[in-house]
Amino acid sequence: MHLGLPPWAVGGAVAVALVLPLLFKNFLVFQLTLVMIYSIAILGLNLLTGFNGQFSLGHSAFYAIGAYTAAILMDRFDLAYYWTLPVAGMACFVFGFLFGLPALRLEGVYLALATFALAVATPQILKSSPLEPFTGGVQGIVILKPDPPAGLPVNADQWLYYFTLAVLLLMFAGAVNLVRGRTGRAMLAIREHPTAARLMGINTALYKSLTFGVSALYTGIAGALGAIAVQFVAPDSFTFLLSVSLLVGLVIGGVGSIPGCIVGGLFVLFVPNLAEHVSKGLAGAIYGAILLLVIYLMPSGAAGFARLIWARVSSRALKPSVTEGRTP
Amino acid sequence: MELFLHQVLAGLATGGIYACLALAVVMIYQAIDNFNFAQGEMAMFSTFIAWQLLQWGMPFWAAALAAGVVAFAGGVAIERIVFKPIRTASPLSHVVAFIALFAILNSTAGFIWDFNVKTFPSPFGSRPLLGSGLISTHDAGMIVVTVALLAFLYGFFRYTRIGLAMRAAAAHPASAQLVGIRVGWMMALGWGMAAAIGAVAGMMIAPVVFLEPNMMLGILLYGFAGAVVGGLSSPGGAVAGGFAVGVIENLAGTFVPFVGRELKLTIALVLIVGVLMIRPSGLFGRTVVSRV
Amino acid sequence: MLLEVQNLRAFYGQTQALHGIDFGLDVGGVTTLLGANGAGKTTTLRALCGMLRTSGDIRFEGRPLNGRATEDIVRLGIAHVPEGRGTFTHLTVEENLRLGAITRRDHAAIAADMERVYAIFPRLHERNDQQAGTLSGGEQQMLAIGRALMLRPKLLLLDEPSFGLAPLLVQELFEILRRINRDTGVAMLIVEQNVTLALDLAQHAYLLETGRIVIDAPSQKIREDETVRRSYLGY
Repeated sequence: MHLGLPPWAVGGAVAVALVLPLLFKNFLVFQLTLVMIYSIAILGLNLLTGFNGQFSLGHSAFYAIGAYTAAILMDRFDLAYYWTLPVAGMACFVFGFLFGLPALRLEGVYLALATFALAVATPQILKSSPLEPFTGGVQGIVILKPDPPAGLPVNADQWLYYFTLAVLLLMFAGAVNLVRGRTGRAMLAIREHPTAARLMGINTALYKSLTFGVSALYTGIAGALGAIAVQFVAPDSFTFLLSVSLLVGLVIGGVGSIPGCIVGGLFVLFVPNLAEHVSKGLAGAIYGAILLLVIYLMPSGAAGFARLIWARVSSRALKPSVTEGRTP
Repeated sequence: MELFLHQVLAGLATGGIYACLALAVVMIYQAIDNFNFAQGEMAMFSTFIAWQLLQWGMPFWAAALAAGVVAFAGGVAIERIVFKPIRTASPLSHVVAFIALFAILNSTAGFIWDFNVKTFPSPFGSRPLLGSGLISTHDAGMIVVTVALLAFLYGFFRYTRIGLAMRAAAAHPASAQLVGIRVGWMMALGWGMAAAIGAVAGMMIAPVVFLEPNMMLGILLYGFAGAVVGGLSSPGGAVAGGFAVGVIENLAGTFVPFVGRELKLTIALVLIVGVLMIRPSGLFGRTVVSRV
Repeated sequence: MLLEVQNLRAFYGQTQALHGIDFGLDVGGVTTLLGANGAGKTTTLRALCGMLRTSGDIRFEGRPLNGRATEDIVRLGIAHVPEGRGTFTHLTVEENLRLGAITRRDHAAIAADMERVYAIFPRLHERNDQQAGTLSGGEQQMLAIGRALMLRPKLLLLDEPSFGLAPLLVQELFEILRRINRDTGVAMLIVEQNVTLALDLAQHAYLLETGRIVIDAPSQKIREDETVRRSYLGY
């Protein structure tokens, strides 16, 4: 499993990323910022599903919590935008950990179902009357785009882009560190064979809940960034469909691949638009067809595909004339 | 007390919808060992086909039968074309395939038949049953159909050879191959049957919630809830679970103060998670013992 | 010849596990495949059932098996009791046995065969309504063999039938296998680590070493030849 690209690839990518906003118009810069935000959210899901083997269709809930935390802090408490990120992260970590605790007892499809229910319930809870004074109910909350620090020759959109890029690099580095270390190995052990992991002394219950927490933290921070970028939060922006998008992004990028999250983010932002361009009425059908095509051609996502190409290019495989063992 | 009974009966009536859908969900789970998130859309699409046939003048039962047959064929086709090629891919890829299916069906239905609400007739009429206002003839008819389907499925899986082969193929495909079962075709058959059941569910539900491409979205969660609560290895449990969800939803909505229309879906969440905490295999499910 | 294999190569992905082996089996005969772990014994059985990528020639009753799907090979009359037994854990003992005969149409004979299996393995009869996953290792092994017999196979492939069983049980099992071979005439190809019992039951033996056959001889000869026994079989 690839944890990171070779250093020259990372350096090259960062260099390109630094230059992009200077070349493109504001709206595209904004879209690229959103791509990065989705990538962070997808990374959160990746930590849970790709590395720890737990399923979640409910990450839209954590994204929403992060977004609303940022919005409420900025709108009601005048907190500076950069402080909202750690607060949102912490809040989501707690929620994620608390959700992870009972969720431990659920496996596979059952966990999927519980998280699915969480995702569906979230907009309803956000709209509900007891919470309205905080959440602004159906109308949501509007916040202002942060200004770039005085003296820098960039506009607000570009500043937000660089800010998000910095956060992304930090968080991706954190993830690589996490996965490479003992924690990462424990997570993988739990994913591959939970019983054996437990017998080796790994406190699976603790790790699973912690992983849920960390995963929620990542997606929550993405949510906070998202709120700042879009300048608006409302319950119906955080439906089950968002969870679905994150999952799609995860699979397309490649489960268990950290760089793949970026490909996932790109896919999730641009492909639905593309589908709509092709045919307004059948946009959904085209999107679905593209999805099927991608998972058929690249079953291990973009990362797996890249690995395959790399293997073909750098080695020569034997090809005797053989009959395949058939799949039913 | 009377209000309580009233709500219980009303709950059973809506529960019938969930029970029907839960049955389809469990049916496909038995066949492919996975949830089909596009189940609702497949049911919706089949119901639209029935509707179209009715518009073209076919009598109700002929249209319903035709829609069921088309649904069956469609289910088989979807399995062979969409899912067979990705059989060896990861479970997450399967989920994405379901999502793709969902999007395709929803979008295509909207494209062909537009998003305006349409009425769908009930073969049972919608007069109040036995003069009481609690449960209509349609509701009663729906319950009867669901129970009949259930009986059929129970007999099918328990007593027929092909039912046994399907169960074996779903749970242990490699071992099933070793007894000569054509696992691929068993899966296709499972899909076909689930699609047909879904079509029946759709045609039962449409008269109540009205026919439009998004009609199944709200109900699907309840259907899953019913299936999980009842236990995924038990069609009977699924049906019971569906009814239970309907009743509980109604009672909670009436008697628990802060739960209005807004939080009804949240109840489903609480229900599912709650039941699974206590009995991870559902109320009627069989726990599978696996020795390490 | 019931089974003829020529120049069989087998692959797990890009790794080659069998490097062109030749062997055969007579109708009603019992043959054993011996060898250390990783020698390719299980691979050979899997290759016969079409579960891997292979090249070479496999003929069963004269018919080529190459390229056929596993379920079709099974329907030709080859029953495979795999490593791990492949029990349908969530189904009952009886349902497991019924599944063994699922491809057959002769219902009266199926019922008779079920009786016969229960007679051979009385413990299965006692537990016939129990979930198969709750059976002990030995009982699951019996169930797996019983299920294979329900196919009325012409050839029975057994992968380490003694695995995980207490010695007394293993003796009993091999006696049962001898009886089955004698009474029904079903040919057997047995992969085994328990060399003594295997050589006792089988008429012919092959020794595999890293995907190649290094010994091909009647069991009698192997038992008598001290050098072979000492260097390859360790006793």
